[in-house]
Amino acid sequence: MTGQTVRPAQGPDGGATNAPPDRPDAEHREQAETAASGPVRIPVQRTWWQRHGSTTTVWSLRLLLVVVLLAGWEATAGSLFDITFTSKPSAIAERLGEWSADGTLWTHSWVTIQEIVYGFLLGALAGALAGFVLASLRTAYRVVDPFMMALYSIPKVALAPLFIVWFGIGMHMKVLLAAATVFFLVFLNTAAGVREVDRGLVDAVRLMGGTRRDIALKVVLPASMTGVLTGLKVAIPYALIGAVIGELVASNQGLGYLINDAAAQFDTAGVFATLVVLSVVAGLLNVFVGLIGRRVNRWKPVESQG
Amino acid sequence: MSVMTAVLSAEKLTKQFTKDDSAIVALRDFDLTVEEGSFVTVLGRSGCGKSTMLNLLAGLTEPSAGVVSYRGEKLTGPDIDIGYLTQSDTLMPWRDVQRNVEMPLEIRGVKAEERRRTAAGLLQRVGLAGFGKHYPRELSGGMRRRASLARMLAGTPRTLLMDEPFGALDAQLRTELQEELLRLWQGSGQTVVFVTHDIEEALLLGDRIVVLGGLGRIVADEEITLPRPRSVDALRVDREFVRLHTAMAAALKEGSS
Repeated sequence: MTGQTVRPAQGPDGGATNAPPDRPDAEHREQAETAASGPVRIPVQRTWWQRHGSTTTVWSLRLLLVVVLLAGWEATAGSLFDITFTSKPSAIAERLGEWSADGTLWTHSWVTIQEIVYGFLLGALAGALAGFVLASLRTAYRVVDPFMMALYSIPKVALAPLFIVWFGIGMHMKVLLAAATVFFLVFLNTAAGVREVDRGLVDAVRLMGGTRRDIALKVVLPASMTGVLTGLKVAIPYALIGAVIGELVASNQGLGYLINDAAAQFDTAGVFATLVVLSVVAGLLNVFVGLIGRRVNRWKPVESQG
Repeated sequence: MSVMTAVLSAEKLTKQFTKDDSAIVALRDFDLTVEEGSFVTVLGRSGCGKSTMLNLLAGLTEPSAGVVSYRGEKLTGPDIDIGYLTQSDTLMPWRDVQRNVEMPLEIRGVKAEERRRTAAGLLQRVGLAGFGKHYPRELSGGMRRRASLARMLAGTPRTLLMDEPFGALDAQLRTELQEELLRLWQGSGQTVVFVTHDIEEALLLGDRIVVLGGLGRIVADEEITLPRPRSVDALRVDREFVRLHTAMAAALKEGSS
């Protein structure tokens, strides 16, 4: 709770002074007791190190780890390892520089990013929607559940040949392959979230005279957000996997194609350079989902926000 | 209690939960009539069907047999005129206290401005002024109970059902909230059915005490004529209180045998 603003325990209108004249004593005592029995906010002075110390340490250590690994790799390349198979960081950096200069990197990355984003959005939207609706209809969910599990268990790579037959080897095939992977993860997590909604909260809204619509929008939807977000988070790397697998199987552009192409020419530096780009893309996507999660989970205990 | 009209009544209520080839009976042929404006405490041990009874009276569950009538009409579902404070907290964890208290009004379509004003007034009344922006998990158990109470009152129900609302609190806080409840209730004309397993609490709060035995069988039903305001400390040495306490303890024992 580092960034929290400090607030006095009483309201801006000054609480006790506005007490109705008929029972000022009771009100007065009330305020005092509440303040005494409940938690109280007090301002704290903390130094920069106290606030950010542990974060700084963790980041420094991460940086150190990367530097040590890269330096070790660079130093042993050519002596301990055969450069033909493992390449070396400087060669990879050089390849990245070349590709970046001639535009190869950007065109191929852009294709893959588009496939991931479209596939992810399509799959996530369909999955969340289907999960929310189906899990709300108890019988329908029971009917469909085993089929969903069966489809979910199919390795998505196995679908690639079929998708090629259906959609050709263009971008559509990769987008749909990524979407198919994402769909099931988001669907299952959303459905679990919806089905685990606290019965007491639903009853509370019924007691307020709430309709089925109120229950769906004011209880089930916010309560299932945790499940939806878990689904989204888990699904992100799979969108990447779906898209890249599609590219590896059949394509003439994208990062998957780049890997295939580089490997075919025995250009290990090129393969590693592409892997670096892929992990950067994955990292950026994760940061993005983390941001949504923080906004939605504001109400949760700090320690469980992870 | 000038007007003695039945506001809430249960006739031959039976509730059973079917599982496989057998049914668990939670309540059998339960009859109760609650007068308008009265404070009825229902005393019973755990598992005697108290919560089942309240769920039926609130219209949350349907009886297997029998009828619940509210103001002369058969109750077929939850009624916004009946407030229900359950044993566990049912505040929406993703809403802050203010927005939780506003919720009944929101569902009724009350305008935002008025909603905010009403909720702020209620928070003040239950002693939570200044805590409107806090989320439920940031509050102590006692404060969450106060917030739940405020939310129930926001719906302006004329009948309040309470299921061991202070059961999970420490003794001191419980006394505090009991006094507050009485203060909020007195002069409001509201009818209260208050379920508890604590004899002292039942005698301190109610106009009438109903003791339940197994399956909701009524083993005692007495008026409590102790003068109000009542305080726990003064009551402990009151002869009438001691008599009632002894009688109710005996009834509880008899009911469970």
